[in-house]
Amino acid sequence: MSVGLEHYLILSAILFGIGLIGVLSKRNVVVILMCIEIMLNASNIALVAFSRYIEPAFLTGQLFAIFVIAVAAAEAAVGIAIIISIYRNRETINIDKFNLFKW
Amino acid sequence: MLDIVFWVLAIVAVLAALAVLILRDVFRAAMALILLFLTIAALYITLSADFLAVVQILIYVGAISILIIVGIMLTQNVKRGNPSGKLVIPALVTGILLIIILALSISRTFWNISNEAPVQNTTAPLGELMFGPGGYLFPVEMIAVLVLTAILGAIVLLREK
Repeated sequence: MSVGLEHYLILSAILFGIGLIGVLSKRNVVVILMCIEIMLNASNIALVAFSRYIEPAFLTGQLFAIFVIAVAAAEAAVGIAIIISIYRNRETINIDKFNLFKW
Repeated sequence: MLDIVFWVLAIVAVLAALAVLILRDVFRAAMALILLFLTIAALYITLSADFLAVVQILIYVGAISILIIVGIMLTQNVKRGNPSGKLVIPALVTGILLIIILALSISRTFWNISNEAPVQNTTAPLGELMFGPGGYLFPVEMIAVLVLTAILGAIVLLREK
């Protein structure tokens, strides 16, 4: 069975699902950030696979993946800054205790 | 040959992603995440995306992983720092349901797979797409402004008064 588009897409779906399980079920907020990065990487694999198998001359999927990587870097920086600044006030990284919006 | 490489990389990637969820030590989970990023860079090379593979290593392994490790080190709960929350069973159900639905819809779609060979050295064509008449110059400049804004925001959040 030679490797085709569907193999890459199903790998991307499995990684996305694993990242989703991590985001929904973990308590350490840095681990939640790591699982968000897993989800973004899974979508990048799907983009590049589509670009290579459906329209190889255009490279649009790869350019989109570069933009997704840049946005993920910016989001990781701001996320870590928020986590560290909340940790300075509250000494906890348990996301059940991040209830700053509650009155 | 390419088939064996794909299967090995795919199995290593899935195991690394599961290791991020399962390992108790959060620093080891970060190491598993770095392994996942390297495996995905190798998958990009099997898809003939060579420039993107190098960008993945530079930015994900070189910058984002370091940022995550700084975050782990500054929030000191390392040894038992990766517990599961209260909603493990619903999260598992949701994730597995999503994977099954995606896999079924992927395998039942008819894809218009083209028979052209992929572009081999993608650096120059990507450069022409970004900065030439391809029309993507404005998003490139906006990405620069976005990353600058994110860095300024992070600095403002973290400075000592």
